Amino acid sequence: MNMGEKTRRDFPILSRIVNGHPLVFLDSAASSQKPTQVIEAVQHYYQTSHANVHRALHTLGEEATERYEAARDAVRAFIGAPSREEIVFTRGTTEGINLVAQAIGRTLQPGDEIVVTEMEHHSNLIPWQMVCRDRGAIIRAIPVVGEGYLDLDAFARLLSPRTRVVAVAHVSNVLGTINPIARIAEPAHGAGALVVVDGAQAVPHLPVDVTALGADFYAFSGHKMLGPTGVGVLYGRREILAGLEPAWGGGEMIKEVWIDHAQWNDLPWRFEPGTPPIAGAVGLQAAIEYLGKLGMSQVTAHEQALTAATMDALAPIPGVTLYGPRNPEMKGAVVAFNVEGLHPHDGAALLDQRGIAVRAGHHCAQPLMKRLGIVGTLRASFSVYNTAEDIRRLAEAVAALRGEL
Amino acid sequence: MALYSNVIRDRFRKPRFRGAIERPDMSAEDVNPLCGDRVRIQGRLADGRVTEARWSGDCCAISAASADLLLEMMEGQPASRAGELTTANLLERLDSDIRPSRMKCVALPLTVLRAALESEATR
Repeated sequence: MNMGEKTRRDFPILSRIVNGHPLVFLDSAASSQKPTQVIEAVQHYYQTSHANVHRALHTLGEEATERYEAARDAVRAFIGAPSREEIVFTRGTTEGINLVAQAIGRTLQPGDEIVVTEMEHHSNLIPWQMVCRDRGAIIRAIPVVGEGYLDLDAFARLLSPRTRVVAVAHVSNVLGTINPIARIAEPAHGAGALVVVDGAQAVPHLPVDVTALGADFYAFSGHKMLGPTGVGVLYGRREILAGLEPAWGGGEMIKEVWIDHAQWNDLPWRFEPGTPPIAGAVGLQAAIEYLGKLGMSQVTAHEQALTAATMDALAPIPGVTLYGPRNPEMKGAVVAFNVEGLHPHDGAALLDQRGIAVRAGHHCAQPLMKRLGIVGTLRASFSVYNTAEDIRRLAEAVAALRGEL
Repeated sequence: MALYSNVIRDRFRKPRFRGAIERPDMSAEDVNPLCGDRVRIQGRLADGRVTEARWSGDCCAISAASADLLLEMMEGQPASRAGELTTANLLERLDSDIRPSRMKCVALPLTVLRAALESEATR
């Protein structure tokens, strides 16, 4: 676990003392911390090159545009997208999925079907519920079985000529399950459906190649992958994007405008109305470069070791229940658990008293909580900067929890 | 002040007013949007007074203690007392350093109690 010790010093916030204890930050699945390299890139951009992008005829505007569009190229290469026209900057995963849902929603007919999964984050469920309600379409869900895997046999039976979209998380934000996107995309495409992937919990932790996965759309957030808040990415396969009407209107997404109609701009700007998150994109590029230097395969190996160590440390503690796959190779950088007799919110508050930050609650996945028959869980999640010592402190504190209330 | 006072720990471990009432005069249930926790309050009334009340639900220690103290404060009181009680009254009894993020846990039982009394009024 040398990566954690080495990278820690790049993250100034990790030297904070919280409630009298050195901070142990185990909530990166909600939002990761930022290395100095990202903070300084954003600061440098604001101090030297900020102006609005595109259409600017002055030096700063040109520099800002250059930085912003360079970030797009960095994103394209990082996720293996064939072309820069397929990279749309958004405010985050949620906006990306809403964009797709709104745009595809306009083409839905009554009786059309959207397939989701029981483990979706609300951000990959509610946007589909909303368009289904508007268009008289129907939501179907792939069941979660066993330790937390999708029932692919059930999925095969759910597919029909009415299936328009299959919306699925690449990595569950609760169970950690790494879903077999390529194995889902193939039959989905066979049925004529589009595949929309929520990659929020995958891109920060795994090497991702959207082409190899067979995703038609792939959304993720900057702030969960060491980048700034307020920036995200929607990858959309060019043939599909080109055929969709823009979800939202405004400046920058047009070529020419008359009082009663307009001609849309080229890809990807057609889907980026208004002033985009310029500094966010600059910071995201710095984050991508940071992760690139570490190597995504090394990041995955480091975090899988932490995930395995956490499950090994927590499982023997009396009263502890673990959720999700027990095989760390099938799992992202997250471990959800409960302590018998203790509400997760009380558990998180007590851990915070020891300087340990974990998430607690339903994790915006209420259908999954209902499926598991629980109100919520505690959740420890990891990033490049976590160490074996963090896990030791967590396990020590969890073992003491039941005596504290 | 401690995060979880002795009052909260005691009420969480040994609630006095947890349970259900058969054929209640009033009943309501609501959800804490923070966590999805449910609290239900049921009660009997006579001559405009709360003669008996019980709460139930899977909830955190703060909500549990808040509900238990609230029903203790209401027992034997005129129903109108529920309109006068505030979260400040509950906070005083809870004697804990409640963070802003957990204020909804304190307030939820009061919301549910008022809804229950309204359900009775519209019977």
